[in-house]
Amino acid sequence: MATTMATRHAATRPGNPRSRRPGATRRRTRQRLTILSFIAPALIGIVIFFVYPLISALYFSFTKFNLLTPPEFVGLRNYQNMFHDTNLIKASENTIWLVLVMVPAQVLFGLGTGILLVTMKRSATIYRTIFYLPALVPPVAGALAFVYVLKPGTGPVNALLANFGIEGPQWFNDPAWAKPSLTLLALWGIGNTMVIFLAALLDVPVSLHEAAALDGANAWQRFRHVTLPMLSPVIVFSTITGIITTLQFFTEAAVAASAASGQATNGGNSVSTLFGYPEGSTFTYPLWLYVKGFGYNQMGYASAMAIVLFVVAFAIILLVLKRSKSFSGEAS
Amino acid sequence: MIRPWRSGTAAAACLTAAAVAAAGCTPSIKPVEIASPGVTASGTIEFWHFFTDREADAIQKVVNQFQAQFPQVKVIVKSGQDDSKTTQSIAAGQGPDVALSGSTDSVGKFCSTGAWQDLTPYLTRDKVDMTDIPQVAQDYTAYQGKRCTMPLLADAYGLYYNKKLFAAAGITSPPKTFSELTADAKKLTQKTANGNLKVAGFDPLSGFYENSIAHFATMAGAKWLTPDGKSAVGSDPAWKDLLTWQKNLVDWYGYDRINKFQSTFGDEGSADNAFEKGQVAMNIDGEWRIAAISADNPKDLDWGVAPLPVSDSRPDAYGSGFLSGNVIGISKNSRNPEAAWQFIKFLTTNTDSVVSLANEIKNVPTLLSALKSPNLSLDPNFKVFLDVFANPKSAAAPLSAAGTAYQDTGQDFINDWQAGKVKDLDAGLKKLDENINQALGG
Repeated sequence: MATTMATRHAATRPGNPRSRRPGATRRRTRQRLTILSFIAPALIGIVIFFVYPLISALYFSFTKFNLLTPPEFVGLRNYQNMFHDTNLIKASENTIWLVLVMVPAQVLFGLGTGILLVTMKRSATIYRTIFYLPALVPPVAGALAFVYVLKPGTGPVNALLANFGIEGPQWFNDPAWAKPSLTLLALWGIGNTMVIFLAALLDVPVSLHEAAALDGANAWQRFRHVTLPMLSPVIVFSTITGIITTLQFFTEAAVAASAASGQATNGGNSVSTLFGYPEGSTFTYPLWLYVKGFGYNQMGYASAMAIVLFVVAFAIILLVLKRSKSFSGEAS
Repeated sequence: MIRPWRSGTAAAACLTAAAVAAAGCTPSIKPVEIASPGVTASGTIEFWHFFTDREADAIQKVVNQFQAQFPQVKVIVKSGQDDSKTTQSIAAGQGPDVALSGSTDSVGKFCSTGAWQDLTPYLTRDKVDMTDIPQVAQDYTAYQGKRCTMPLLADAYGLYYNKKLFAAAGITSPPKTFSELTADAKKLTQKTANGNLKVAGFDPLSGFYENSIAHFATMAGAKWLTPDGKSAVGSDPAWKDLLTWQKNLVDWYGYDRINKFQSTFGDEGSADNAFEKGQVAMNIDGEWRIAAISADNPKDLDWGVAPLPVSDSRPDAYGSGFLSGNVIGISKNSRNPEAAWQFIKFLTTNTDSVVSLANEIKNVPTLLSALKSPNLSLDPNFKVFLDVFANPKSAAAPLSAAGTAYQDTGQDFINDWQAGKVKDLDAGLKKLDENINQALGG
């Protein structure tokens, strides 16, 4: 009520520009329409490809829906069932493991590779190309290649280790080693992160390093107090994109599990039974979402899982952004 | 400045519109009408199947035979289409007229949702002789009385064994019971000087190649579901017998040791298949392995095949085994269901076409007349699978509207069980009951 009264008073006040210049409203409307026309293509895309699917998923998450018959409203039952879903718990644990291990490893490895390339004096361009090349390999091909290279009995890595008297691990065939093997695969294809770090490292002004060196800072102090603060936006960016990508980790886990299991698919049907090999260790949240939605046609439940994933991802990103502000503040 | 009441109203309007649009884009079921008797089908139909490569060529030959006999119907064939693609296309109001699925797992889903049409009106109108189709095939192609699919070739499972290794171990005949399988597996197993496995008599790990829990269950006669569609694993003692036998053999090898040995095997579908390479002496596999062995021509492999061993408590079930099969049906979106039915009738009820396809693809024919046909030219070892298929105790996995959800849940359990993660089997099976019921009801 107070707001309404205040608005009414403002509108009738003699000095109010709106009542004094009626042409201004038309100009403002025209200006807004011009802005709207510029952003319309993007806005239409966002509405069709983001807002509509998101709201549809939200709607379906409250239904029992098998794609083939009309959805039936079930209230919060899909969300309640998630608390008793042992596969969901297992898949969530695996995904959390990947977020906690794979993302920091990728950021550190990307940074380390970038620093290595910056410090190279000769043939830097050739090495940059070589280091970037794996990022061009399609994820399916990369995963298949890793499974065969790391195959315990016949793969070249364990054969090489055996030459030194080391019995290599079972890699993708051992539940304890399967996720670390996926992490190795992710680090191998670190090219994109590496390039971003490389660009940021090359952007650090040399004068700052020289000034720090004149003040007696050693190499570690120059990195800690000059390079790292300059890189903080890139680190935050890499962390956020890494978390988003890892929360959606699907292709490599699906392909590696299917290939490592050695099983043939039955009559062209779903390969979902091969997901998670060995012992569910590579079963990620998106894989279970896919199996539920497209393997079992439980689209309502899958939509509820998608909504939960969206909310969790959103919350994590907000948290990282909040933490990164304090990180940047400390650094400055 | 954006006024709160206006943005709130706009957002609410958008949400409502999107929710209405989402609800409006969902499918509805429409009734199907069929033509009067004697009407000649004509026009174009689209046929989706899952076969690729050699098998796709084989089915194309039979399609050509149909085209020669019914030139007024044009068949557009699309290969490599699995159930997931078919389902999504049908849900989108498109997809094939005729679809072929590679297993019985989706029959419950297709029939219960109406995604595939009920074929009963066509069968009744055309007076199709269903007695020519074995009962087991009739059972796995209809769900809760609704026949939305017809059988088109079947898969039967048997125990392949290495005759040379059998002779070396002094074994004269393949095992018939779980006890004999265990005893023979131990005799056939060979180790290297450092204790690693060189040959496994039988790899008992579920999840290895065709050792799925569903295949094991048939060997033990273990029931998945009660008549009212709930989980039966906690109440059927056959499960406990099966799992105890399997775990004892796993423990004899050592879970880690057999797992490690298994990681040296080639892919199931490749020429490096562990049985073909002599790494396992006995192996559960389907009838298609005969064609694969013939194509791969492995060196020094002298092999035979026998029915799957059964649990000691039901020796009379020896000779039976797990069955599966290809199923074919008409999509609810078919624009030309009469021509689609004409095509299905030719493929599934015409003895010559079934024999021709069985000869080409090397699967079990699904007509009794085809099984007796003199034109059926299959490997002599194939007779084992024909007998398994004809055995009244052979069974397919029960049909469910939730597809393989219950089997997958069971597979997760046996994976944990064989790894030693389940300490109390009775409690584990009770928990599995709950998980399966949840999977079935979701």
